[in-house]
Amino acid sequence: MSEEFKLEIVNPEKSFFSKDDVIEAIVPAFEGEMGILKDHISIISFLKPGIVTINSKSGEERFFVEDGIVEFKDNNLSVLTSSIFNLKDINKNKIQDLIKKAENEVNKAELSDQEKFLVDQKIDVLRSIN
Amino acid sequence: MASLDDLKKRITSVKSTQKITKAMKMVAAAKLRRAQESAEKGRPYSVKMNNVILNLSNGISDKENAPKLLSGTGQEKTHLCVVMTSDRGLCGGFNSNIVKKAKSFFSKILDEGKDLKIITVGSKGNDQLKRVYGNKIIKNISFKESKNTNYFDADKVGKTVIEKFEAGEFDVCTIFYNQFKNVITQIPQAQQIIPLNNEGEENSSDESYEFEPDEDEILNNLLPKNISTQIFKAMLENSASEQGSRMSAMDNATRNAGEMVDKLTIEYNRSRQAAITKELIEIISGAESL
Repeated sequence: MSEEFKLEIVNPEKSFFSKDDVIEAIVPAFEGEMGILKDHISIISFLKPGIVTINSKSGEERFFVEDGIVEFKDNNLSVLTSSIFNLKDINKNKIQDLIKKAENEVNKAELSDQEKFLVDQKIDVLRSIN
Repeated sequence: MASLDDLKKRITSVKSTQKITKAMKMVAAAKLRRAQESAEKGRPYSVKMNNVILNLSNGISDKENAPKLLSGTGQEKTHLCVVMTSDRGLCGGFNSNIVKKAKSFFSKILDEGKDLKIITVGSKGNDQLKRVYGNKIIKNISFKESKNTNYFDADKVGKTVIEKFEAGEFDVCTIFYNQFKNVITQIPQAQQIIPLNNEGEENSSDESYEFEPDEDEILNNLLPKNISTQIFKAMLENSASEQGSRMSAMDNATRNAGEMVDKLTIEYNRSRQAAITKELIEIISGAESL
């Protein structure tokens, strides 16, 4: 029996990425990284900034996401996100830009603790890619 | 009767107008294709978002303490209406249709003695509404600079709406936009986004989900995003409708100009012929009298 499931990443503008032969997907869920295999229980969770790793028969793909929601149901994994990059397409300069932007944001006073945590998280992840 | 020269001038002027409308039609057609494409591409996101929220709101255990964005403030005193129109004119009834729909809604609300606040998106709607409802308009947002409809813009509108909601400035929020059906038909829509109106959309699956963290937290995180998503969807539909509407308006204009040129040409030829005949008669009668 096959061990694969379907995955679709959508952003508001288009269906960003989809694959039929995914073996494992690792998503940065809000309360920690979550690995999803076939026949996982139906789940809804939201994402914090991090790396989505998709292992499929045709190789590994990695994406950087800032936020979003994951829904897994009947062996269909949907990732809804408003900001996503394929790590292959992103270059060093762009990452530096993002880090700088995020750092500016951290220094703003009006952030709540949770927002601050998210931005910190984002900076960490971006640094680790770099 | 106009002189031959005047007629000639009018024909050239109508012809050049026709050229412009024809060009505008072509441009609108090209833009329409792109707008339609992005409207279609954007659909999965809003559909999926809606599904997730539907599943969540059905599964929510404590209906009384549900987030206010979902269940409302418990009263319906102040209405916020977001009227979405275009920034450019010459697109047929596109803007007036939305405004008409919005105005009938406004007068209904005011008749019921409720408060009304308006946010206009796009300058054309603002122009049409400010004469009558000028004192009700609290904000006008316009995206003249952005070339394409993008999520970032929609998010800006969404954040404004949520900010005002959290400040307790209104209880119910409705957005007005044109839904794109095809090139000649666009249906003005009024959609209530706060509180979320899920009536009539029964969820078929009774499958239970696992939530991480809990439902409330996810809902709190998701609902503001959904507002932006719905607004984005409306913006996409609107831009497709705008181009469609402009295309058919310009098509009509081109055809009318063609008819006008035909009519003027006939008149021109007729008066030229009349002048020739008149001259001939003069020559002949002159010759006869000799």
